[in-house]
Formats: sequence, structure tokens, C-alpha cells
Amino acid sequence: MGISNLEIGKTNLDTFAQTLMELAANDRDILVVTSDSRGSGRVTPFAEKYPDQIVEIGIAEQNLVGVSAGLASAGKKVFVVSPACFLTARALEQIKNDVAYSDHPVKVIGISAGVSYGALGTTHHSLHDFAALQAINNIDIVAPADNFETTQAIRAAVHHPRPIYIRFGKKPMPDIHAPNAHFEIGKAIQLTPERERSDVALIATGETVAPTYLASRELEEQGITCCVLSLHSLRPFDEESVRQAAERSSMVITVEEHSVNGGLGSRVASFLMQAKIFRPLSIVGIPDEHTITGSQVEIFNHYGISPQGLSQNALNLLEKEAE
Amino acid sequence: MNNYSSMTIKKLHPLPVEKIKILQQKSLLYRRTIVQMIYRAKAGHTGGSLSCVDILNVLYNHIMNITPENFTEVNRDHYIHSKGHSVEALYAVLADKGFFPIKLLDHLEKHSSDFIGHPTRSVLGIEQNTGALGHGLSVAVGMALAAKKDGRPDRIFTVMGDGELTEGSIWEASASAAHYRLDNLIAIIDRNTLQITGRTADVMNMEPLEAKFTAFGYAVRHVDGNNVEELVTLLENLPFEPGRPNLVLARTVKGKGISFMEDQVQWHHRVPTEAEYAAALLELEQAEKYLEKADGHF
Repeated sequence: MGISNLEIGKTNLDTFAQTLMELAANDRDILVVTSDSRGSGRVTPFAEKYPDQIVEIGIAEQNLVGVSAGLASAGKKVFVVSPACFLTARALEQIKNDVAYSDHPVKVIGISAGVSYGALGTTHHSLHDFAALQAINNIDIVAPADNFETTQAIRAAVHHPRPIYIRFGKKPMPDIHAPNAHFEIGKAIQLTPERERSDVALIATGETVAPTYLASRELEEQGITCCVLSLHSLRPFDEESVRQAAERSSMVITVEEHSVNGGLGSRVASFLMQAKIFRPLSIVGIPDEHTITGSQVEIFNHYGISPQGLSQNALNLLEKEAE
Repeated sequence: MNNYSSMTIKKLHPLPVEKIKILQQKSLLYRRTIVQMIYRAKAGHTGGSLSCVDILNVLYNHIMNITPENFTEVNRDHYIHSKGHSVEALYAVLADKGFFPIKLLDHLEKHSSDFIGHPTRSVLGIEQNTGALGHGLSVAVGMALAAKKDGRPDRIFTVMGDGELTEGSIWEASASAAHYRLDNLIAIIDRNTLQITGRTADVMNMEPLEAKFTAFGYAVRHVDGNNVEELVTLLENLPFEPGRPNLVLARTVKGKGISFMEDQVQWHHRVPTEAEYAAALLELEQAEKYLEKADGHF
């Protein structure tokens, strides 16, 4: 555990591309496969430096993922890089059958995930990807919170024995973790000090971890104790960390850049109910409606995925419980 | 009446006649295995398995370098059964090749069996799970590209159904096969002209297929896909044109080899009754006898 200075760093997208460049220098089996998405994926420098290690497929996501499965079956370490919205919808059947079912450890990289494309609209949003992929077995699901988690996730992905989906956005992210933090796929990272009791457990994933952590600081200033988890892996799902955070807290708030249906919140709720850990619960995400238009941050603010919105949500939940 | 009276062996090819005869015997053996396993399981895709089995026979017994011994290696030929529903043909060939005991086929589509109604990697000899149509070609493109990148001489074969060709992903994959000049990719269309609803041309007309595939950049060849000698002759000459992916339009007959199943849409996935099963086995037996007698009369 370690909180860095929350200064704005690079985008997770740039971090991903840079990490891949470093890894490819020593591993000629690393391949990047793109769908006219090398610019969007910031892998143009990769393509220039390692022209033999990039495969262009054009705007054809089904073929993109099928070809990636074939390359992986021959031992290549394949990073298939495409906007999350198209990759996990247009090519869902290829992810399900050619990658997950056929057990080829392709690294499926969903760029500009969630509402990163903001005002470009629902065609370009991926608010379904956690739900869709959680219903498909044999593909791990990771949404890194900051540059540190992104670097670690990409490094871990190279030798990951199973198919893995990693999704992130394109906005500069604050550094949440100290560079010496411990990262392991499937293990949540607690951002707050160890405590026997907290008022609120805040469990967030991906780029909503930063506003969630800031919300916890606002709440702490008001004397409300918080346990904040960066649950970067939806699969493997870290039951132990979620269990402990919930058991030690009076209520639970989950936060995600995803539909409130079928994502982190649903997963946490399902786990807690079945583990007989009953806590008041608020699932914060994008509600089941036509998404409001605007930039990513405007959409976040509109739906309360902001330090103010989340701390108010916690206060409301506490007040309701007090009644 | 069966149609084996036309099964004369013309000497088209330098391959010894005896070898052609062995392949023809294997085709009959595989047809017997297919019909038996489908009858016992009370499930399966009879017609499509019978139409493509001669292609698989020639690939596995004469063209491809795939054996139980080298299967775990990357450096060999590769095969993807894109028309996954015709898995019974593949099971019959793989059992004969020694990938698994033929007795295991008694478990076809049984609870917890690895031998389900589509190919999976749980069965030794199968390297890609298929069943959803239009997937095999893309995966084959990836495998062919990997072989090219690594300088391996391996060739990647895939058999697709003609009903499958309406899947858009086939055409995405075709563009990339030509773009990357994958002359180590061999796509074979089992052109039996029937799909579950009826004639492929009536369901969705994809003709002219040769012109389409040629326009996409393939070297296209035609063959009688139920004639092992023609298949041998054609497939011994790969690649057809250096720098181009290979595409074979194999004219076949759905239900081939059992007279009352031939070219009948209902045999797409019909299971023979007891009487039909007996009649089918009798026809195959007669064909085997005919072939045996044909010895020396080529």
C-alpha cells in the first residue's frame, strides 16, 4: 500500500504503449495486432521501431481477433489493440470461441474504454464489456487505475497463461500508487491504512479509482472513515479482499466506468449476498438509460462519479442508515 | 442403388494405383465409421460429414504432415475444421490415424464426453475449437502468418462449408490472406450446394464464387472433392501460385456414398433409422467388395 502524490501523470494509454516498447526490445515474439488503430493505440512508434512485430488487419474486428488467436496458437505473445467498444462487441464471438474457449492466451487490449470517447456517443462507448466478458469463462479481466497499475498489468500479461482483457482510457491519470507498490493480477490493492473498522468501504475499478480515492479523503476530513480498494481485476475476483473490506465496514459503495448492470457492482453484490455479508450497498456507474452526452469528465460528474458525487453518495447512505 | 459403379480408377496420376486404392478403401472405412457413430449416438451431421470426408482422407493420409507423434510441435502442417458441425468426418479420420482409440467414438455426444458435436482441443489431433461458422479462416490466416514470420515451411489447411460463405468474417479473412501473400494457406470449400434450409443458391446466392475468390486475390482451383485421385493430383502441387493464398472449390455431394442420402437436404443432420442404417452399411459393403474386385482392372 502506498499513496503517491496524486499528481497528474501520463495517460494509461501512453503508459501501455511505452511499456510494450520496452518489453518488445527483448522479446521478438511479442506482436501487436491492430485494426487501423495504431494511432489511437499510440503504437505508431512501436510499429516504426519493430515493423516485423506489428500486424495490421484494417477495420475488421472479427478477423482481427481470429487472426490473433491463430498467431497465439503458434506461440506468439499477441496484444490485440483496438477500441474497447468495437473489440468487445463486434468481435465478441471471436473472443468467446477463438480465444477463450480455444484457450489461446491472447492479450485483448481495449483502448479508450468506458466513456473515454465522451461526446462521440454510444457507438464509441464500452459500458458492456465487463458484463459481456464476465459471462464468458476463461478470460481474465483487468482495468488498471493508474500508470503504475497499467505498467504492471501489461508486464504481467506477457507471460499470463490465460486469455486476458485489459481496458483503459486516454485521459492523463494521477499517480495513485507508489512505484514500489505490490501488483498482482487478481489481488485488489487497498489504498487506505489497515483498520479494524471503517464507516464505508469504497470499491472501485479502473479510472474511477482516482475520484473514489479523492472522495474518501473528503469523507475522512468529515470524520467518516473509509476503506478504499482498487479492484483492478474483475477476474480473478479477489473475494478475500472484498470480504474483508465489507466485513470491516458498515456499508459498501462500488464505482465503475461501466453500466450498473453486470459489472463490478453486480459482481460485488452477488458475492456479498452469497457469502451472507449483508451491507447497505450503492452501485455507482452509468445507469440503464441513454447515456448523457458530453466529455468523459462531464459524464462522470453527471452520474456522480466524482469526488463530490461519491462523498455525497456516502453521506446519503449513512443518513439513510441512521434513520 | 449406390453410385460406386462410377468408381473406376483412371490413371491420372503417378501415384501408384495401389496407393489410390488404399485411399479409396479408407474413404469407405470412414463413411462406415461416420454412419455408425451417428446411428449409435442418435445425433450428428451425416450429410456434410459424408461430403467432406474424401478431402480429409487425402489431406491426412497423403498431403499433410500431421501425426500423433508430431502433434505437440509447432513445426508441422496444421488443420482447422471450419465447418465444425461435420466433426464426425474428422473424428473418423483422426481415430484411424491413431490419435485416439476408435472405441471412444461410442461416447459421441454423451454426457461429459470430449467427443461433442463440434471439434474441440480436448480431443488429441484437433487444434482449434470451431462450431460457429466463419471463424476458421481467420484463425488459419493467423497461423499462416506466424509460420511466415518464423520462416517455417508449415502449411495451414482449412475446410469450410459453402453455406458458411455468407459469413462476413470469411471475406475479412480473405482480404488479409491475400494482403499478406499467404501461399501457405489452403482454404478448401466443401461445395455440396446444400445447407440446412435448402440449396445454397436459394438461401443466399453467393455465385459467382470463383470470380469472388479470384477478385479477393486467391489462386482458385476446381476439383471433384469426392475423388481422391483428383484431390491428390491437385493438392500435391501447392502452392498453386507463389504469393497467393490457395482456394479449392471442391465439388462434392452431400451424403455422398449412401444413395438415399445423396443430395438430400434432410440428411443435413438426420439420424438413420434402423432400416436406413442397415441399408447404408449394405451399400458400403457392396462398394468395398466392388473396390476389392477392381484390383488389377484399372
